[in-house]
Amino acid sequence: MNNTTKRWILDSVVWSVSLLFAFGLLTDNALADSNGLSPTNATWQAECGSCHIAYPPKLLPAPAWRRMMSGLDRHFGTDASVDAATAAEIGAFLESNAGQGRKRGIDSGTLRISDTPWFRRKHDEVAAATWKNPRVKTAANCGACHGGAERGDFDDDAVRIPR
Amino acid sequence: MHTFRSIAAVLLAGSLGLAGLTASAATPAEIQKDLETAARASTPGFSAFSAQRGKQFFNSTHGNDWSCASCHTASPVATGKHAKTGKEIAPLAPAANPQRFADAAKVEKWFKRNCNDVLGRVCTAQEKGDVLAYLLSLAK
Repeated sequence: MNNTTKRWILDSVVWSVSLLFAFGLLTDNALADSNGLSPTNATWQAECGSCHIAYPPKLLPAPAWRRMMSGLDRHFGTDASVDAATAAEIGAFLESNAGQGRKRGIDSGTLRISDTPWFRRKHDEVAAATWKNPRVKTAANCGACHGGAERGDFDDDAVRIPR
Repeated sequence: MHTFRSIAAVLLAGSLGLAGLTASAATPAEIQKDLETAARASTPGFSAFSAQRGKQFFNSTHGNDWSCASCHTASPVATGKHAKTGKEIAPLAPAANPQRFADAAKVEKWFKRNCNDVLGRVCTAQEKGDVLAYLLSLAK
């Protein structure tokens, strides 16, 4: 077998395996969409969910996620860096499921979800005292009011504001 | 060569993704041994790791606002809490949490991040080994 043939065989193997993976991820996401929950990815869940909930991709537009992923070593004041392969996988997942349309598709320049125009408008009825409640502590603490936040469920009807 | 590396990467990603296996499984003792080899090579006059020095290091600030204990608490067998987000952090001492120091890549990742946050630099092998010696000295 000459080198070109070997190379061709090896390349085919790499591409087949990669495509199988890509297909697996796509069907996974499609299933998640059809049952109304946010799409998930195991690497995103594990890495982004270590220090806070893994915020669903749709909460920021793709350009914001791209900037976020390129500055993980200075992530809101902490070093959240991951290796290159992990960053590439998470980045691709975030961007392909990012916020779209007139609300969440707009890049307002901020990386802080709670500073985006749609988030502010959506939460403008929340009293100042609620944000200061120690059981809420920070707007990053989605789960304080959205009980299903961990699994990507932000249904308005399920909101319970702690007293 | 490049192709071989691609295959390796795909297979690695596959085993991580499908089976949830870690490619760098280890025991705390193995990780401690690697740190010792590194410390011998990099620290002139290195003799041994010290749990006492590790405890001191763990509970002190090092020029920034946080110490290790800010999130992991001064009792690393207990559940900690992220100083900024408030998210619960599972206990750090292996006696209380067998998943700790069981994956070399994970250990490397967190030392890099957290040393950067607490000290503004990477930790030396001596510092890491002292902290691990301290954590291993704790009983549940």
